[in-house]
Amino acid sequence: MRIGVITFPGTLDDRDAARAVNVGGAEAVSLWHADADLKNVDAVILPGGFSYGDYLRCGAISRFAPVMKLVIEAAGEGMPVLGICNGFQVLCESHLLPGALTRNSDLHFLCRDQEIEITNNATAWTTSFADGEWITIPLKNGEGSFQCDNQTLAKLESEGRVIARYVGVNPNGSRNLIAGITNERGNIVGLMPHPEHAIDPLTGPSAQGLGFFTSILNAMVK
Amino acid sequence: MAIIVVDVMLKPEILDPQGNAVASALPRLGFTFANSVRQGKRFEIEIDGEPTPAQLTEVEQAAEVLLSNPVIETYVVRVEK
Repeated sequence: MRIGVITFPGTLDDRDAARAVNVGGAEAVSLWHADADLKNVDAVILPGGFSYGDYLRCGAISRFAPVMKLVIEAAGEGMPVLGICNGFQVLCESHLLPGALTRNSDLHFLCRDQEIEITNNATAWTTSFADGEWITIPLKNGEGSFQCDNQTLAKLESEGRVIARYVGVNPNGSRNLIAGITNERGNIVGLMPHPEHAIDPLTGPSAQGLGFFTSILNAMVK
Repeated sequence: MAIIVVDVMLKPEILDPQGNAVASALPRLGFTFANSVRQGKRFEIEIDGEPTPAQLTEVEQAAEVLLSNPVIETYVVRVEK
């Protein structure tokens, strides 16, 4: 199984994401933002970083990259897409996911190990987890506060589309402690914290992030 | 030459931590006039001649898809004299 990892100018977690894909058991395929070619991948990861310098709004310019046109089409047809951190912001700007990520409520860039609870283990990217499982993975961003209108929030909650929540004190002012969400179909997931940095206890706080990268294999086998 | 200005502001219900930080800095400097502060963005777009209605419509479209994120922001387009 081939999983594309997109590199935009300013992306910085593409290497870790590709390594996580490989450790998870799939083949990572590098995709370049300016290419209008998905290289026959089965799924796509939009990694973290500061694509296009976060100019205008985080993810606002990446959304119009040539490769994103194909990602948006393929995602609409059910291809699994995982957006991590800046990738989550790109997915929101692309309107593949509702809401938006705004400045952390205390205006600080946060970088720390964060406990989150998996609250939906039925998406393409979360089946390796138990429902309600707590995992610890790094959180590192300046604009990670998930915001949306009340109607959207009620819809996300009633449809079980919040896939992960922060445990304990709200780190960034996200509504309802939301750390990650999915679309109606469950193929597109956006997540603020970084599972790709937690696939080996040697270099991360845990290996609990690996579940996102093994889940996708289950999704493909089904 | 004319300048088309697009003002982009966060919707009232969206938390604005930057505006809040400015609001709390003002009284520390002795400025006590502000009840609250909201911070936004201003784009100045230079064009040749006076803008036509078609051009203004195009700017509106650009404001909708790129300059603002309608999920969290509103925009106003006007021509600077």
